[in-house]
Amino acid sequence: MEALLATAVGVLTACGVFLILRARTFPVLLGLTLLSYAVNLFLFASGRLRLGAPPLIRAGGSYTDPLPQALVLTAIVIGFGMTAYLAMLALRALSESGGDHVDVAKEP
Amino acid sequence: MNWLNSSVLLAAIPATAFAAFPVPLLLQRHGRVTAAVATAAVMASCLALLLPLAPAAFAGGTEIARLAWLPAYGLDLSLRLDGLGLLFCLLILGIGLLVVLYAAWYLPASDRLGRFYSILLLFMAAMLGVVLSENLLLLLVFWELTSLSSFLLVAYQSEKYESRIGARLALAVTGGGGLALLAGILLLGHIAGSYELSVILAAGERIRAHALYAPTLILILLGAFTKSAQFPFHFWLPSAMAAPTPVSAYLHSATMVKAGVFLLARLYPALGSSDLWFWLVGGTGAVTLVYAAATALFRNDIKGLLAYSTISHLGLITLLFGLDTPLSVVAGVFHIINHAIFKASLFMAAGVIDHECGTRDMRRVNGMFRVMPITATLAIIAAGSMAGVPLLNGFLSKEMFFAETVTYPQFEPLGWALPLFATIAGMLAVAYSSRFIHDVFFNGEPIDLPRQPHEPPRWMRAPIELLVLLCLLVGVAPGWTVGPLLDAAAGAALQAPLPDFHLALWHGFNKPLLMSVLALAGGVLIYAFRRPLFAWQDQLPPMHPRTAFERFYRALAAGARRNVARLDNGSLQRYCALLIAFVVLLGGWAFFSGADDAGGQPAGQAADEAAVGTLLVLLLGALGATALYRERLLAVILVSIVGLSVTLTFIRFSAPDLALTQLAVETGTIVLMLLVLYYLPARNAPKSSAPRLIRDLLLALLSGGGLALVTLRMLAAPVDTLSGFYLQQAVPGGGGANVVNVILVDFRGFDTLGEITVLAMVALASHALLDRLTLIAPRRDPDGRAWASEAHPLFLSMLARLLLPLALTVSVYVLLRGHNLPGGGFVAGLITSVALVTQYLANGIGAVQPRLPRQPVRLLALGLLLAAGIGVASWPFGRPFLTSAHGHVRLPLLGDVELASAMVFDLGVYIVVVTVVVSVLSGLGQLSLRARQPVEEA
Repeated sequence: MEALLATAVGVLTACGVFLILRARTFPVLLGLTLLSYAVNLFLFASGRLRLGAPPLIRAGGSYTDPLPQALVLTAIVIGFGMTAYLAMLALRALSESGGDHVDVAKEP
Repeated sequence: MNWLNSSVLLAAIPATAFAAFPVPLLLQRHGRVTAAVATAAVMASCLALLLPLAPAAFAGGTEIARLAWLPAYGLDLSLRLDGLGLLFCLLILGIGLLVVLYAAWYLPASDRLGRFYSILLLFMAAMLGVVLSENLLLLLVFWELTSLSSFLLVAYQSEKYESRIGARLALAVTGGGGLALLAGILLLGHIAGSYELSVILAAGERIRAHALYAPTLILILLGAFTKSAQFPFHFWLPSAMAAPTPVSAYLHSATMVKAGVFLLARLYPALGSSDLWFWLVGGTGAVTLVYAAATALFRNDIKGLLAYSTISHLGLITLLFGLDTPLSVVAGVFHIINHAIFKASLFMAAGVIDHECGTRDMRRVNGMFRVMPITATLAIIAAGSMAGVPLLNGFLSKEMFFAETVTYPQFEPLGWALPLFATIAGMLAVAYSSRFIHDVFFNGEPIDLPRQPHEPPRWMRAPIELLVLLCLLVGVAPGWTVGPLLDAAAGAALQAPLPDFHLALWHGFNKPLLMSVLALAGGVLIYAFRRPLFAWQDQLPPMHPRTAFERFYRALAAGARRNVARLDNGSLQRYCALLIAFVVLLGGWAFFSGADDAGGQPAGQAADEAAVGTLLVLLLGALGATALYRERLLAVILVSIVGLSVTLTFIRFSAPDLALTQLAVETGTIVLMLLVLYYLPARNAPKSSAPRLIRDLLLALLSGGGLALVTLRMLAAPVDTLSGFYLQQAVPGGGGANVVNVILVDFRGFDTLGEITVLAMVALASHALLDRLTLIAPRRDPDGRAWASEAHPLFLSMLARLLLPLALTVSVYVLLRGHNLPGGGFVAGLITSVALVTQYLANGIGAVQPRLPRQPVRLLALGLLLAAGIGVASWPFGRPFLTSAHGHVRLPLLGDVELASAMVFDLGVYIVVVTVVVSVLSGLGQLSLRARQPVEEA
């Protein structure tokens, strides 16, 4: 199970990095989203994988590590904020430069 | 008066100087005389504060005043006044007063002087700080301040290129030395266990025996040698002669360049008395002494000659400290006094000549004795002192130097070497002094002077007269005049009983006297044979350390520009690639160099079908999205499949809160992506070139593979976590059973506050970025099909209306229960946002927008204020920020509800999240209302 999760993190990272290195804004947006998934899963996994042990205090329960979950929860929301910001930036750049290339136009 | 004790007085000296330094600038509109008087008054006040403390220092006492500043770093505002400090204070303030008087006459009448005097006072304050510091770190702060303020003083005539270059050079060299000194002082403090001088001076044995003694000594000496212009760092001083002459007289003869030798004297008990000290300090001093004296002879500029002479004399003082006997230290301190007196007067005389003639070139300035006999006489006496002529103060310390070389114990087999060396140095000093006297005041008629010279104004000459009088008084009756001060200062420098010595003009016929006679005769002889010497010097290759430095400086700047241009080419792709490559390298290095402490296979969860299936879907989705990223709509759908798989993974592995959050965010993300897609150009981008593709694939594989390995290794490592604390304390301490939520709103509430602030900034940024943004709305898709015109299907619209109250109820429920069951502000906020965004989708932006608050900024502020306010609310109860309180309440229908103040915090989170998501998405949606229509192609 752990090996599969590690593979998932790795593949998400690889796909995210590849897309981030593209020259157009939209793939970069997709890549950033994939990379956020990878990082969130990685952080989440640092609390180890456990079935049926949610960190809700109850009689006789066993619990998984709640701290990574708290970190990842805010990371998910911040990740959305970042994606949204990047999307708005892409639109602004489109209106300013007339294109969706990530780089500053060199010479006209 | 009880409060007026000596500590207060001591602290008041630098405090007065620092507090009063802007005064001349503020007073300058009342005229330059007012500015000068104010400056003199500040110096006089410092002197008056010093006087009551002087008797104790003369008696050999050490006064220490301490005020804790940053005790954790060993940095306290602690000051110290002993004999050495007293001597330097008197030099700084006494010569300072004379320079103030002199400058008022010297500087052009068009100059209002406020700026000059203010910087001068700042410099003086910093100098006082250096000589009065008990804490070495504090000393360093003042030390750097002297470098900075002297930069401003040297560059005072900033319109001149020479001034700017000279100032920059001085700052670069002394500032660089200051860095070395900082490192040395940190090491010294580390060895001694304290930065307080009283501890360090008493720990000499321990310091010298320490393994770090050599680097400490070298670093501190670098600081001292750069400041005191010792070879090979001497070159900044002649360039700094571009400063106005009063500055040269003050900084470059009496005070700042003496800071280096002051440091030698100050730290002598801690660092001195070792072979390394002897060779480094003595060797540097000896080389500087002779090299600079020889160079001085060939200078044509009067100030250039005096500058090299200063370097040479500083070398002599350094050499005396390096000789490392108690008597040589006494001689060194004595020469500090004498040199300050005669050199300051010589600089002032040089300034008079420059002022009157309009040039300082000795090839043109001749025969001045007839034009200004009084100034000439004064300058000749001072130059005699510089040469070491009997009856003048310079003679006495030079005799002590000669006597030291004769009796020096270290060089038994070469007993004659050191005295010979000293005699040669003496000859050179006599030679350049002779040149100064003969070339300027005699040697025929002046040649082509820009001005007709006269005697200077009475008060411009007064400081010179006073200093020359001191030269004579000290020279004739040293015991009565300078004796007590020298005893106190040398005693403080040695931190030991003074050696037996006798200050007198006449010691009988002995070897030192013979050496003096030889030096005088030899020096005059050298000067007599100057023509062949000058001819020989002319054909030497020119040495210009300053131009070399300038070239180095320019090359450095050009190199930096080239590097920046090469790296910073405006390509985001390249930046990202470099960044990722660097991270991969760093991660790989850490991974393979770290200890292999994991060991064995990850012992954990057995694979189960549901989880395996989910993760396989995830893999397919990610790979598919990447492979098909050009099919943009398909890619978005695949990415959201990945997101849903992540959600399922969270559920499977015991993270219900994360799953709820991820699910809600997924909805928002897909709406966001579709909105953006609508505007972005649909035409396919050209394919990447093959090398670029290979580079990117390689980086992707390396980073992905690396992170996978790290994940595997992490999962195999033993679990060591602080979650036990949170699990135990969640109910008793935070009043909630949902530990994740309690962590967010209570234990780590401050983090969360920061995070919602970041979110709020995104909403603000959306205002800035989308404001008045107009885009072209396409009418057809890339294949030429027109977009559907029926925007809002009736079915969806009806259903969304029904859904809204339901969704809002659910979100309130999720918000309220969040402290105990999965939910909370983030999740509830996202659910509400999704419900509202659905309204937009179903009914159109025009139908929904008027019903929502117009000012999202106010809502953001409300949310942040709620969260921060509930944090502040714990202050009146004497608790730290964000302390939570909780209790049980029975509510109808809901039953027993545990209410915690953290819920108000959660409400703040909720409001911020809703506002951010809705305002960003609706902001993007509103673009369609003002989008331009494309020009239809025919």
